[in-house]
Amino acid sequence: MSRVAVLKGGRSLERSVSLRSGARVEDALGRLGHDIVAIDVSTDLMPRLREANPDVAFVAMHGRDGEDGTVQELLEIAGIPYTGSGPAACARATDKVLAKHLMIEAGIPTPPFFAFNETAFGELGAAEALPAIEERLEFPIVVKPASGGSALGIKFARNARDVPAALVAAFSYDSKVLLERHVRGRDLAVSILDGDALPVVEAVPRDEAFYDFEARYEIGRTDFVCPAALSADLAGRCQDLARAVYELLGCRDFARVDLMLGADGEPTVLEANPIPGLTETSLLPQAAEAAGIGFDGLVGRILELALSRQTRSLPA
Amino acid sequence: MSVSRDLERYAGLFAARTKVMKSSAMRDLMAITARPEVISLAGGLPDTSTFPPESFAAATRRIAEESCARALQYGPTEGLDETKACIAEAMAAEGMRVDGEDLIVTTGGQQVIDLVTKALIDPGDVVIAEGPTYPGAVPVFSSYEADVVQIDMDSDGMRVDLLETTLDRLEREGRTPKFVYTVPSFQNPAGVTMSAPRRRRLVEVARERELLVLEDNPYGLLRFEGEQPETLYSLDGGLYVMYLGTFSKTLSPGIRLGWVAAPAPVLEKINLGKQAADLCTSTLSQLMVNAYFEQGRWRDYVASLVDLYRGRRDTMLEALADHFPPQAEWTRPSGGLFVWATLPDFIDTTDLLARALRENVAFVPGEAAYLDGRGRSSLRLSFALCDHDEIREGIRRIGEVVTEQVKLYGTLTGEHQAVPRPEPAAEPADGARVLPLPGRADRERRAQRG
Repeated sequence: MSRVAVLKGGRSLERSVSLRSGARVEDALGRLGHDIVAIDVSTDLMPRLREANPDVAFVAMHGRDGEDGTVQELLEIAGIPYTGSGPAACARATDKVLAKHLMIEAGIPTPPFFAFNETAFGELGAAEALPAIEERLEFPIVVKPASGGSALGIKFARNARDVPAALVAAFSYDSKVLLERHVRGRDLAVSILDGDALPVVEAVPRDEAFYDFEARYEIGRTDFVCPAALSADLAGRCQDLARAVYELLGCRDFARVDLMLGADGEPTVLEANPIPGLTETSLLPQAAEAAGIGFDGLVGRILELALSRQTRSLPA
Repeated sequence: MSVSRDLERYAGLFAARTKVMKSSAMRDLMAITARPEVISLAGGLPDTSTFPPESFAAATRRIAEESCARALQYGPTEGLDETKACIAEAMAAEGMRVDGEDLIVTTGGQQVIDLVTKALIDPGDVVIAEGPTYPGAVPVFSSYEADVVQIDMDSDGMRVDLLETTLDRLEREGRTPKFVYTVPSFQNPAGVTMSAPRRRRLVEVARERELLVLEDNPYGLLRFEGEQPETLYSLDGGLYVMYLGTFSKTLSPGIRLGWVAAPAPVLEKINLGKQAADLCTSTLSQLMVNAYFEQGRWRDYVASLVDLYRGRRDTMLEALADHFPPQAEWTRPSGGLFVWATLPDFIDTTDLLARALRENVAFVPGEAAYLDGRGRSSLRLSFALCDHDEIREGIRRIGEVVTEQVKLYGTLTGEHQAVPRPEPAAEPADGARVLPLPGRADRERRAQRG
């Protein structure tokens, strides 16, 4: 039995999802017989960790602070072992622009894109380049903030007139945004557990006519199929790609890689999430279950991986 | 073999009406507005810190000493007679006369919206509401699967002429609306008040077409200046107007006490609905109101609230003028709790909220006040709960991010956003979805963008 601090909530835009992930992890840890200290992460995180004095921290946070390496860095400083990827992998995966550059360098397929920060438009006249970008990406174009794991701020530009407002919206979430070629096709996700790829999940919109980016996150608008109806060969290729991305970014314990299967039958990687959701409707727990690993087993396994790591102690 | 699995394990068990249409994006955003470091201009909360604790203590002591057993007991579904007398006194302060038998005491005003909708609406029936409408009514209408048609407003409240053309259209389509839902005074969220001529016309329309009206009047007594127009209930005399009142804004929302006055047959259905919902309104809360009204100072307290909110309204309007860019417009309420601001249409206020939260300030995005996806460039600002410094600072921060987005858009389009000039409003063919409040024409901005 271990004393586990479950870190959840925080002030990220994915706070409510994180609270649900955290609550579910707490239930599982309780059933596994662990002693739990739940922490809704705020300005008093460090004193609360000191007070709780846990053997290990389970990071059930999503988005800013929790998933981008910030909390991981603090846990390193505090010398507390924790679940999931370290600061460097979190920083690489959370920044979609950086992750995509790394993928391209490594020869991993990802949709063509251009990325800008506000300075590029404000001071370097990047607006002049928009027509050329639009021509090279072809409409529709997806405009999204560089960070963030939910549908927030992701806009679909159908023509040149949509682009400026879509950029304004995306810049609401991050000072860096990307314009990406939209890949029409099947929406797939591969979760990785300790380096092994779990069965592929496919998100299938219930009503094609109304399918949009938000649909995926709206209760009752999407069905998930696991394992996805793919040939063994294709499923294997998706899993290989996901594993390659996981290793490329330096992830550990678990992660989820989102892919699109284009109309040409070729999979392409959209992004990697170092701390995917752990709620009832989340994909990693479903994929684990399809592989015969129940939620308690999944949480127990992730915790063991964290506990097996050497801790760095605080300098005196 | 692949197995199709519905991840929502319970989804098959839920009733279709539970599919509330509010976007998950906004739910996620609203989840972080409650943090202590955030200046929230979002909530429609009155400032209960101003309520005198000695009044509260005296009322509770009196209940404990004189009517403890009664306070702890069930009460009649329609409410206690003494509480109805207090309600009659509160309504008289706005020039209304009501008999106790025309009243049901409810668990907050919100329950009235629920019970009226439950009593009148079958799935697909039409409810007419203002555009924008009270965000808290949206999930009620959705949960009863009402088809909500929203009528635009201007600075004189709901455009009753547009209501009439819409009613004509619905009639041609063979659809009969069941009721019109309106907040005529200091509307939530728009902050505007329906003019006296429009009130008279609305009551006439209701009678001509045998259409019920639900007059939701939580803020009527919170008037900062100007003449109080007669309520729809007074004008109508209780034939077609159902009146919703509440103690939430004049005493306390925590006691959850509201009421409905309605024609007897409607009241009977509401009574049956209330029996099913919660048997009766809290006896303790009703005794609190009785004891408080006996102290005879409730009007003084309301007057102190009016002074407080008037000052905060002034501060908000000054701050808006100082910090919002010229492309923004906003209403100037003469009472209530809210200002409604409208930004250029390239700004989505749900996304803007995400940006604003990084500056630790919150508001309600306009889409919450519409059921049809409109309102995305508007926002509701409450001046009731924050002190002057917080209001100034909150508006300054929002103004800064709005200005930043206006500038960015100008850079992206290679245009400078000119100050819009007022133009005569377009004459709408069928007005249900023509004019954005406060009456700015979209084509103006389109023209600017070419």
